[in-house]
Amino acid sequence: MSALVAQRAGVFATTPRAAATVALPDARPSGVRLGLGRPVPFAAAVGVTLLLVLWTAGSAIGFIDPRVLSAPWTVVTTGAELVADGRLGEHLTVSLTRAALGLVTGTAAGVVLALVAGLSRVGDAVLDGPIQVKRAIPSLALLPLLILWFGIGEEMKVITIALGVFVPVYLHTHNGLRAIDSRYVELAETVRLSRWQFVARVVLPGALPGFLLGLRFAVTGSMLALVVVEQVNATAGIGYMMELARTYGQTEIILVGLVVYGVLGYSADLAVRLLQRRTLAWRRTLEG
Amino acid sequence: MAAHAGGLTATDAPARGAVVVRDLVRAYGERTVLDHLDLGLAPGEFVAILGRSGSGKSTLLRALAGLDHDVDGSGEVVVPDQVSVVFQDSRLLPWARVLDNVVLGLDGPQADARAAGRAALVEVGLAGRERAWPNELSGGEQQRVSLARSLVRSPRLLLADEPFGALDALTRTRMHALLRDLLTRHGPTVLMVTHDVDEAIVLADRVVVLDAGRIALERRIDLAEPRDGSDPSFARIRSELLDALGVDRKDTTA
Ligand SMILES: Nc1ncnc2c1ncn2[C@@H]1O[C@H](COP(=O)(O)OP(=O)(O)O)[C@@H](O)[C@H]1O
Ligand SMILES: [Mg+2]
Repeated sequence: MSALVAQRAGVFATTPRAAATVALPDARPSGVRLGLGRPVPFAAAVGVTLLLVLWTAGSAIGFIDPRVLSAPWTVVTTGAELVADGRLGEHLTVSLTRAALGLVTGTAAGVVLALVAGLSRVGDAVLDGPIQVKRAIPSLALLPLLILWFGIGEEMKVITIALGVFVPVYLHTHNGLRAIDSRYVELAETVRLSRWQFVARVVLPGALPGFLLGLRFAVTGSMLALVVVEQVNATAGIGYMMELARTYGQTEIILVGLVVYGVLGYSADLAVRLLQRRTLAWRRTLEG
Repeated sequence: MAAHAGGLTATDAPARGAVVVRDLVRAYGERTVLDHLDLGLAPGEFVAILGRSGSGKSTLLRALAGLDHDVDGSGEVVVPDQVSVVFQDSRLLPWARVLDNVVLGLDGPQADARAAGRAALVEVGLAGRERAWPNELSGGEQQRVSLARSLVRSPRLLLADEPFGALDALTRTRMHALLRDLLTRHGPTVLMVTHDVDEAIVLADRVVVLDAGRIALERRIDLAEPRDGSDPSFARIRSELLDALGVDRKDTTA
């Protein structure tokens, strides 16, 4: 039998099939590999899981003082209670609405401004300067002014978040637009695209990688702004829930809030990365 | 656009696919690249342009393609309505699949355009690759897609700037056969820039050697098909062209 296999392997040595059935020697010169290797399975979850394991183990063996950092199970039971009595859902809805409204309006504003500035010299001359100035001022420094103008209600909160969002979206989309190879513009001219077709077929897809990068920064920025506006003059929201817990010294509720923020930010980033992977399938990069 | 004596007239030229270039001047700043150039192409004619690097070949082609908005100059250029351009890099949009690249900017109902695009891909031997990304194709395949994109527009004039310059010799020979086959079927007038003298002789009806923005030599190629590099009259034309290009042939071994 083995003789037969060996014989077949000899006969079909050059076909891939024979290579699969018999372990043929695979001696290759060792070379430097500079690209990334094969992808790690569940790469996105590995680091997070590791942190959770460390936290659990640390609390279980008493290495972590519960007054400093509650144990994960305390956080879980507190979280379950908060969910059960409806408080978490209520605060989460308020926070999510704020973040989503700010993110959507900020992103839309960033894209529109980037298109206007990126596609016309006049638009660039008028818009880019002021936006660069705005960029130099952290949105949160504008908070006192925004409170004076818009009061302490939802309007002010959404506007603050949107202001933090539109800058990175504008910057990276504008950058992506301007980086589109002029050879593609030439191509568009030779196949006589209309201005609208040019925007749809060349400009938008060409600027998409930049836009998505900007969106990742924007998501992080919106979380940051959310946390701040929710701890200033809020009457509902995850941040308000945490502020309240602080005054009563309830670490586990603060931790539930942190976990919720973390999960929110992380899943939003994950969603954008997924979007990146799906819409940029044409790219051949280090990620492979 | 006054009518002009001497064979072709400017007014009826476009309809028939002819090209007229008269007294064409193009300059970058102080540097005159095309210097009062005159050139005519008959409908269906294949003209190859040879010339040293920097002699103005691409500048001429860009003038014919109407891509030189910001370049100073004067003179008259008459080209047909439907012009297609093939670039040295295949210039496919990397974010569009092969078929979308082929039908880019085609007018009319999308279904018709896509059917025509598929047919063009079959013609260049890329049936079944409609949904591939340009990145996934070899250089030769990318250039075939770019040929399909040009031909699906039924051009009266095909402008090509060193279209096979980036391909290996074997692929290039295959592309020559494909191009000739496509041209017999579609019959556009062709102006092709190349740096390969043999390629020019194999493909063209007429070869024009450009030097410092002027025509240094025009040579009609009346060899029988298929044209063979080892044929003595082929070799004679080759040395004539190399002389015009100012190449010292003792230095260039094949
Ligand atoms: N955009 C440009 N700006 C300034 N000079 C240019 C530009 N394009 C081409 N030139 C110059 O014009 C001359 C002819 O260029 P080109 O037509 O590209 O030559 P080639 O025959 O190699 O295709 C060259 O000397 C080149 O440096
Ligand atoms: Mg050139």
